[in-house]
Amino acid sequence: MNMLWTLALKEVKDGLRNRWIAAAIILLGTLAVALSLLGSAPTGSVRVSELDITVISLSSLSVYLIPLIALMLSFDALVGEFERGTMMLLLTYPVERWQVIMGKFLGHLIILFIAIFTGYGGAILLMTVLTGGGTEGWQAYVAMMASSLLLGSVFIALGYLVSILVRERATAAGSAIGLWLAFVVLYDLILFGALLIDEGQIIGQKLFTILMLISPTDSYRILNLSMFEGVSQAAGIAGIASEAGMNSSIMLSVMMLWVVVPLMMTLYVFQKREI
Amino acid sequence: MDDTRSSNNVISLQDVSKTYSKETVLHNINLNIQPGECIVLVGHNGAGKTSLLKLMLGLTKPSSGVVEVLGKNPAFSAAVAQRLALGYLPESVAFYEAMTGREVLSFYAQLKGSKPKECEKLLDLVGLGDAARRRVGTYSKGMRQRLGLAQAMLGNPQLLFLDEPTTGLDPILRQHFYELIDGLQMQGATSIISSHALSEVEARASRFVILKAGYVVACGTLDELYQKATLPIRMKVSVSPGEASSVAQRFSSDVNISEINNQSFNLSCLSHEKMPLIRHISSLGDVVHDMQIMPPKLDELYSHFMNESPS
Repeated sequence: MNMLWTLALKEVKDGLRNRWIAAAIILLGTLAVALSLLGSAPTGSVRVSELDITVISLSSLSVYLIPLIALMLSFDALVGEFERGTMMLLLTYPVERWQVIMGKFLGHLIILFIAIFTGYGGAILLMTVLTGGGTEGWQAYVAMMASSLLLGSVFIALGYLVSILVRERATAAGSAIGLWLAFVVLYDLILFGALLIDEGQIIGQKLFTILMLISPTDSYRILNLSMFEGVSQAAGIAGIASEAGMNSSIMLSVMMLWVVVPLMMTLYVFQKREI
Repeated sequence: MDDTRSSNNVISLQDVSKTYSKETVLHNINLNIQPGECIVLVGHNGAGKTSLLKLMLGLTKPSSGVVEVLGKNPAFSAAVAQRLALGYLPESVAFYEAMTGREVLSFYAQLKGSKPKECEKLLDLVGLGDAARRRVGTYSKGMRQRLGLAQAMLGNPQLLFLDEPTTGLDPILRQHFYELIDGLQMQGATSIISSHALSEVEARASRFVILKAGYVVACGTLDELYQKATLPIRMKVSVSPGEASSVAQRFSSDVNISEINNQSFNLSCLSHEKMPLIRHISSLGDVVHDMQIMPPKLDELYSHFMNESPS
């Protein structure tokens, strides 16, 4: 455990030193402030909490932003150390290879935690104090932050997989962007495109549900829109998700799998690798 | 080469070969290293020195044969704990550039379970005490190398692997560097140093392993290598003015005599012929004023083995 902390703390210190954490907090915080200002506008006559609106808009933005931040953190993590030569020295220390991966993972998770909870959390606290807005629906907001962290860890794990598979940092950077496009943009585009062309011939509701669920980003989206009554009513999808057989625990498990499987694959390749 | 497998070897390599995607970089290496030895691996770039070190460090696995370090296979995770007793300075060492010298060293110290106090001591020892608060990115080559040695010395290692430790160091630093290594050696550490400068490490090596294109072409103490190489020993004999050629004629015809001038001539002979020849010279009487014996130089020894084709 000591080893893991030593390795994790090094990553966190790096993140603080190169202002990475600061930049992420400012980015996420500004977004949260902007969206909560926008969110307070349309609450008008229908009794919807401002926070619920913010959860909807913030989670639909996070689905693009959090994977990007996580991939930027992780794509360089292994290939960078190989390329600079620091990995070779590290592995002559009494550290096991899984500890190197898990130590980095823990460190990057802490960085992401700090960025999300200070950025999103701090912003909303500030707004509540300044505007005297209600705190109704705070649970949904906290759940949104926690699931954002989970979404981030999916892409940290995927970033490591890229980082161990390629030989050069430039290739890793390119592959990370490709990964982001594929998961965040292309998958949905292709899925909906196929749905339009297919017109319900092959892709029935069941298959469609499965195809939505296996994508970590879609799982994150649906999770945040359906987990809390207030949010799902404001989003206009109340009841739809549960009717389709998408419950929170399935979506959470899917996202967990997207963390565990790439991590295991990274570990497997790393164990085999000759330095 | 020492093939007996004794239990007190700190490192033992039995018939070890290493192949990287069709290219064999090490061929059937047998090597046993006893505690306290200072082994010097010599060879050109690409001779397999670093590959050999990586095998001993457990960074790579042999394609065939057995590697044992402190009685265990270094590539297995069972050997991870004993890396506490191991120090390594890679060739052209790289560090985390954004960290300060002190941060780098204390990071490694934590991994080795050393006390923070030890870091300060080592930083002073390698002369980086004043630069410890600067980022490693601003360090010169010599400073990096010294920081590299400091991390290799963490936790008083029993086994020290130094890959071309003095490349890029000026002569004074180089001297200081070897003094530090001597200090560890005195405490009973075993060290394996790779080098392409033989003369620099001559004094501290207990044995040399000469590598060429992945083969061990020679292995032994300096004396053993000289014997094996059968290089000629040169002698310079000074005689009374004008007597050189007449004295030279008093040697049997199979003695190789060259550079005869007025007062001196040169002789060369193999090492077993040396004593008879010296006795003969001393029997020549007062006409011989002086003689110098010049053993073969280290560089000659090295180039002898380098020119020899791998067996």
